Amino acid sequence: MLEINKLSVKYDNIRVLHYISMQIRKGEMVALIGANGAGKTTVLRTISGLLKAESGEILFEGKDITKMSSHNIVASGIIHVPEGRQIFTKMTIEENLKLGAYLQRDRSVIKRNFEKVFSLFPILKQRLHQQAGTLSGGEQQMLAIGRALLGNPKLLLLDEPSMGLSPIMTQQVFSVLESLKKEGITMLLVEQNAYEALEISDRAYILETGNITLEGRSSGLIQDPNVKKAYLGGD
Amino acid sequence: MDGFIYFLIQSVNGLKLGSVYAIVAVGYSMVYGILRLINFAHGDIMTVGVYTILVLMTAFGVPLWVTVLLSVVIAIAVGLATERIAYRPLRTAGEEATLISSLAVSIFMQNLIMMIFSPQRRAFHLPEYLSRLHTIGFIKLSTMNIITFAAVFIILIVLSLVIKKTRIGMAMRACSDNLNASKLMGININAVIVTAFAIGSGLAALSGLMLAGEYKTIDPLMGFVPGLKAFCAAVLGGIGSLSGAVLGGFILGIAEMLFAGLMPTDFTAYRDAFVFVLLILVLLVRPYGILGSKEGGRS
Repeated sequence: MLEINKLSVKYDNIRVLHYISMQIRKGEMVALIGANGAGKTTVLRTISGLLKAESGEILFEGKDITKMSSHNIVASGIIHVPEGRQIFTKMTIEENLKLGAYLQRDRSVIKRNFEKVFSLFPILKQRLHQQAGTLSGGEQQMLAIGRALLGNPKLLLLDEPSMGLSPIMTQQVFSVLESLKKEGITMLLVEQNAYEALEISDRAYILETGNITLEGRSSGLIQDPNVKKAYLGGD
Repeated sequence: MDGFIYFLIQSVNGLKLGSVYAIVAVGYSMVYGILRLINFAHGDIMTVGVYTILVLMTAFGVPLWVTVLLSVVIAIAVGLATERIAYRPLRTAGEEATLISSLAVSIFMQNLIMMIFSPQRRAFHLPEYLSRLHTIGFIKLSTMNIITFAAVFIILIVLSLVIKKTRIGMAMRACSDNLNASKLMGININAVIVTAFAIGSGLAALSGLMLAGEYKTIDPLMGFVPGLKAFCAAVLGGIGSLSGAVLGGFILGIAEMLFAGLMPTDFTAYRDAFVFVLLILVLLVRPYGILGSKEGGRS
């Protein structure tokens, strides 16, 4: 479904991704794991067109999206839940969700997606007319995911959804991702919380200073002694 | 009693001026809200609009309402051209770069107008039916003044409805809240920015006509200071907030006219300085403007 071939990206003249290649198949949940500054966020930002690639290509459903602008990439079905949530703090929860559905034309689809989001996150329904900036961090993350679901994603890009959340909130977010996975939504999950990410995902890539150093089935990687040592804090 | 009447008359004059500042400030604030760009050339778009009217009316004898329409169209075209040529290529270069670029655009436009029309002040006369005076109590208002009040009122209401209720309005609010997140919603931010510039430029052209009609003279630099004051109005009210821009516009207009009217004549030359001092005083007490909040800045 998504194919990244020899992608390199420069940031202020410094190459931060070195010719990386990745694939995501339909219905799959793929994790991208790495230390701070490894370039995980850059991968997502380049897929969604916020950053321009220096070379290489990104194909989505066979179509080259490398040079497309963000709004066209969103229109093709790639929805990005950005790092730090990036909700519209001065607008209401309802407006945030409506903005998620900005490109959706079919009213019945919008209505269905609204109901889906409300059943996943009942708190959003209770606070519909409240300003989004007043929500707690965990609630903001729910709003960010809910907003993305209103975009009717074919591929969901999630950047550190557990960042800054309490352990209980983190569990809630991961259980939501689990249920989205069961629904068959294809996902690319960037996480520092490597253990959780490997637990939930089908496959994973490990990114170190802009290079993919390891890839494979998550169930295998979680047993890998090197991965354990570097990312899982175990021995 | 005479003093009070004089005060009233000056207040009404302040309302006239304030309504002009208000709609220019709205355009300023809209563009600033999305791009964090202080567009110094905004006031000069006003001048472009006025000179368009002058040429069409005096040289070609086109009826006023047609020239007003055309001046709005031309002002929008010039506004969009400056966005495309002078601001868009610099969008990733930081706010200082676009600020300097906007100063350059302003100086360029002022000089271009001087080259075409000479730097001389010119008389600007509205048709007689517009400058006819009506007396309401102690206050004299021209037909043009009444049309201006009505127009500003309608423009502000329509604009606030557009921003609150329509899809493009919601997109504009989203862009000024969080530009990057707006891209991720599938909003074509260039289209939103172009819309903001178009609305701002069109309003600037209309306000130019209102100012020229009031002062009856025009010159190539006429837009710059009102543009600056409109910016002050936007900051005073709380930049990025449209109701703040309107409020700031009226406060500045009224304060300026009261100062000009009530101070001894020796001081009236300092009315521009007074406006800027007022801005500083308000910002000392409310650093984010009257209706602004810390949240108004983008995190």
